[in-house]
Amino acid sequence: MNTALTHQRRSPRRSGDVIVLHTIGYFFVIVFSLMCLLPFLLIITSSLNSESSIIRNGYSFTINDFSLAAYKLAFKSPQKILWAYRNTIGATVIGTTGAVLLASMTGFVLQRKDFTWRNGFSFFFFFTMLFNGGLVPWYILCVRYLGLKNNYLALILPMLFSVWNMIIAKSFIRGIPFEITESVMVDGGNDITIFFRIILPMSKPLLATIGLFTALSYWNDWYNSMLFINKDNLKSLQYFLNELLGSIQAMKLLATYDNPSALQGVTLPQESLKMAMTIITTGPILFLYPFVQKYFIKGLTIGAVKG
Amino acid sequence: MIATVNRKPANRLRRLGKDFYRYRYLLLMLLPAVTYIIIFAYIPMTGIVLAFKRYNYAGGIYGSPWAGLSNFRFLIISNQLWPLTRNTLLYNFTFIVLGICSQVGFALILNEIGSKRLQKTFQSCMLLPYFISWVVVASIMQAFFSFDYGIVNRTLESFGMDKVNIYAKPDIWPFLIVFVYLWKQIGYGSVIYLAAMAGIDPGLYEAAEIDGATLSQRIRYITIPSITPTIIIMFLLAVGQIFRGDFGLFYQLVGNNALILPKTDILDLFIYRALITTNDYGMSSAAGLYQSVMCFITIMSVNFLIKKINPDYTLF
Repeated sequence: MNTALTHQRRSPRRSGDVIVLHTIGYFFVIVFSLMCLLPFLLIITSSLNSESSIIRNGYSFTINDFSLAAYKLAFKSPQKILWAYRNTIGATVIGTTGAVLLASMTGFVLQRKDFTWRNGFSFFFFFTMLFNGGLVPWYILCVRYLGLKNNYLALILPMLFSVWNMIIAKSFIRGIPFEITESVMVDGGNDITIFFRIILPMSKPLLATIGLFTALSYWNDWYNSMLFINKDNLKSLQYFLNELLGSIQAMKLLATYDNPSALQGVTLPQESLKMAMTIITTGPILFLYPFVQKYFIKGLTIGAVKG
Repeated sequence: MIATVNRKPANRLRRLGKDFYRYRYLLLMLLPAVTYIIIFAYIPMTGIVLAFKRYNYAGGIYGSPWAGLSNFRFLIISNQLWPLTRNTLLYNFTFIVLGICSQVGFALILNEIGSKRLQKTFQSCMLLPYFISWVVVASIMQAFFSFDYGIVNRTLESFGMDKVNIYAKPDIWPFLIVFVYLWKQIGYGSVIYLAAMAGIDPGLYEAAEIDGATLSQRIRYITIPSITPTIIIMFLLAVGQIFRGDFGLFYQLVGNNALILPKTDILDLFIYRALITTNDYGMSSAAGLYQSVMCFITIMSVNFLIKKINPDYTLF
């Protein structure tokens, strides 16, 4: 009764403010959301337009002349695409598994209250976030001393361990009561069994977070391919797309030498092919996005807590 | 306590051995990461000597002849260091300020949206650009701005206006780059600030409502002060990295386009170019060392200042 009264009394003054601000707010959010979505729509529609339509009308939001020629071409001589897919999927799976394990295992050790050397080791890791040797020594080390040039490991190793992820893992695992660890130790379990049997199963949200972040950066990686790889059968998907976008004759890049006749005498869908390849490389992300983004948002929240 | 410190070396050694045995499993678990960091971070750190050497392939990092400060002298004489530093700092400063403002702004708006489903939908849309690589952003740029087929030029043409070749107009690029950066990061940042807002005690808002506070008053006196710690932490983390540019953004959007480089060249691009394109190892590692040292100095001083002003916000 009382609340209803006060509500009524205040509502005229309040609503003016709220309505104005909400209108402005909704306007901005809707406009910006469209700005985020429309580019993807443009890529999709462009990839589905015929080459002649693109040359006539440019890239466009409407499908003026539906054609799957670009996709057909992409899969007609798919050797390089398949290589690139294989390399990226392989690096993503191996790299993510390794990175999740390394980060959580290291984080577990460094949060252990009974490990008196933990501060020294933490500083050993943390210092690399403050200072690093720069690109050149790192590059020379990788190429000359580790032999990563044209080596598949170059797509995996450079991103295998991240101190930042380790800090997130450390602060998450610290939240698991130490008594659990202690009780297993009393029962005679060693640290390795504690980690794999008890801590890992209790850290699923953490693993999902680090896993998602890492998988995304492996999937989107072109930098390591650019630095280390110049053999076609070792390039990552994103780098393949990067080369395709940069080359004026996109076809040359796609054509495999064992099948040159397939490309003779046809108008090659150059421009639509670039867009189709963009869809082919981003496809899995766009497809999985609706399912993983809620975990991603949760994960960001874990990561946002100061380590 | 004092007694332990003053023990004989033999005793200390035995104690160390005992600890080592006690921690054997923990140390075993640390081993992979420690090895990794030694190889990929600490050994390259010793490679900063390259900045003072004339690198040749036969000699490698440690065997090449010394060159004193000549690499740095060339870097300064060629008049590149200052433009590069200025560009890097100005871009990053703009990213930080506009980034935080827009991200907090959108978080405030999302926070006001009553329907959870609508909020999630907007959030999903806004987070989408964060998920794609810079290569895909470059592809999107082509679709919009390609001189012949880009949708922008076609639209301009259909209105009877002249086509614009943005790749020949350096002055557009600072705006374009800042815009693309914001576009890609707003979703990510607003999720973080929104999470901080979700932690605010709802009782505060109820009390404010009873006192008749307007929406703008509630935002100004409750929401903003409550998320200030998050804002400050994000700000400090970014300021600590102010000498480090976003290589992917600049490389994929600008690449080696000499026409627009004066407006868009940053330290990271220069270091990459000197290493890979011109193979000038000396110049590249000198610029790299300069960047690392400046980064280190900034982050240490930021942390030092914060410790003086308000120790709650220290980064470490």
